[in-house]
Amino acid sequence: MLTIATGNRAVAEAVKAAKPGVIAAYPITPQTEIVEQIADYVTTGDLDSRYIPVESEHSAMAACIGASVGGVRTFTATSSHGLLYMHEMIHWAAGGRLPIVMANVNRALGPGWNTWAEHTDAFSQRDTGWLQVYVGTVQEAYDATLMAFRIAEDERVLLPVMVNLDGFSLSHITQSLETEEIGDFLPPYHLPHAIDTENPRGYGPMTGPDNYYRFRWDIERSMRDARDVIAEVESEFADRFGRSYGPTEEYRCEDADVVVIALGTFGKEAEVAVDRLRDEGIRAGSMRLRWFRPFPDLDLSGREVVVIDRDYSFGFGGVVAHSIRAKTGIEPYSVIAGLGGQEVTYNDIADFVRGRRPGEETWFGVNDHV
Amino acid sequence: MYEVRIHSRGGQGGVTAAKLLALAAFRDGKHATACPFYGAERRGAPVVSFVRIDDEPIKVYSQIHEPDLVIVLDASIMDVVDVLEGLKDGGTVLLNSAHPVDGCRGTCYHVDLTGIALAQNLVVAGSPILNTPVLGALAKMGVITLPSALQAIREMFDDERNVKAAVAAYEELKV
Repeated sequence: MLTIATGNRAVAEAVKAAKPGVIAAYPITPQTEIVEQIADYVTTGDLDSRYIPVESEHSAMAACIGASVGGVRTFTATSSHGLLYMHEMIHWAAGGRLPIVMANVNRALGPGWNTWAEHTDAFSQRDTGWLQVYVGTVQEAYDATLMAFRIAEDERVLLPVMVNLDGFSLSHITQSLETEEIGDFLPPYHLPHAIDTENPRGYGPMTGPDNYYRFRWDIERSMRDARDVIAEVESEFADRFGRSYGPTEEYRCEDADVVVIALGTFGKEAEVAVDRLRDEGIRAGSMRLRWFRPFPDLDLSGREVVVIDRDYSFGFGGVVAHSIRAKTGIEPYSVIAGLGGQEVTYNDIADFVRGRRPGEETWFGVNDHV
Repeated sequence: MYEVRIHSRGGQGGVTAAKLLALAAFRDGKHATACPFYGAERRGAPVVSFVRIDDEPIKVYSQIHEPDLVIVLDASIMDVVDVLEGLKDGGTVLLNSAHPVDGCRGTCYHVDLTGIALAQNLVVAGSPILNTPVLGALAKMGVITLPSALQAIREMFDDERNVKAAVAAYEELKV
């Protein structure tokens, strides 16, 4: 059905279609609408699921872990401080090889207290073994959430997936949304190591130095396999529902001399900047990074690169910029912009490109040459 | 792309007005986005929300700095906020007011949305509902069609008084 909806509503609609057996969540701005809407579906009977209103995010993830290993599909949503409060359980979910899906509505961290968009919250969970995808439209929030269950539950992956959407600038904006009858796109949940009361086993036992690393390697092997699984699932999704996605979304990149790399809504707005720059004769393109874990292989040879980081790793630099540098060997122009919801328009993005200084870093609004 | 900025006070329904306008434009077959700007505001504080309408998919998420249309749901805001800031040359203003307002610029429309809401007894928590009647005024101005305006209202609210108020605003709008 075609309607208009907010990013948060789109995630809730996808969860309704995916029919998890258990949803455990704790509200936090700007994510709250997701779990409110899901709670509403459960109350009205639109979704036959157990909704557990826990007392904290740590408990939300713990409940998802228990339910997931118990043999049912699970979902939770959070933001910012809520995500950080889960941190220990986030590692556990990945180590336990549990295909939990979580929406994280990206939001800055206090102090100062700030409820607006930033990616530092999700990047702080970068090394946990979760897959991370960042979406740029309301439709993509729906589509990526649906696909997240399929990817996570694939036996070649069996890792949790975090679907990231920008706080307010996507979570609360209204765009068109096509919801689907998903049919058998999501097969019944099957966890090979689910609890079996006929065959009792221990979970999370002591694992010594002679074996622990094998489990870590197994996570990485699955992360590597996940690239193929993601491509397969996105391809099948395109065949069934007509919307195609990839590890990146490229716009006018084929003949581009300079490519803007950003995540989320900045990555969409950058396309407008690219059109403006092309009108001026600057051969610009946009590459919106969708998957951050596993990190895609990027072909940027022969191009200049402008990276917009809505995050920062203090004492080092923008997380995306140093990822691009490490992956491609290219020294990007690193722009730190949009922290805590700082207003950045397509005109600003075009200015970043016009004033680019490869190898340098600029904080938008702080350094005067931007 | 047609860009609309809505000024209201927290609790007056400006965010819902933006969603209704986007939905009506969408029912007209256009692409539309509604973007509330959430600040640290609370009831009574001046707030803004934005609507973009276009024939092509909309990729802009930032705030609207040069609107084609400014809607002011509470004219008293004009004492504290420069509602005309950035209004495009030849732009349009819609004021909730029974009378023309001094200091308006561009093509200025006015309609007494508060009076219309009160006449229909459309009051929630002591405040008249302005976001459904305003759609009627916008239909008269040609921003959306009247059938789509009424359809959008019916999709979001199950109370025909909202539709009657929108029709009244359609009929009473003045330049």
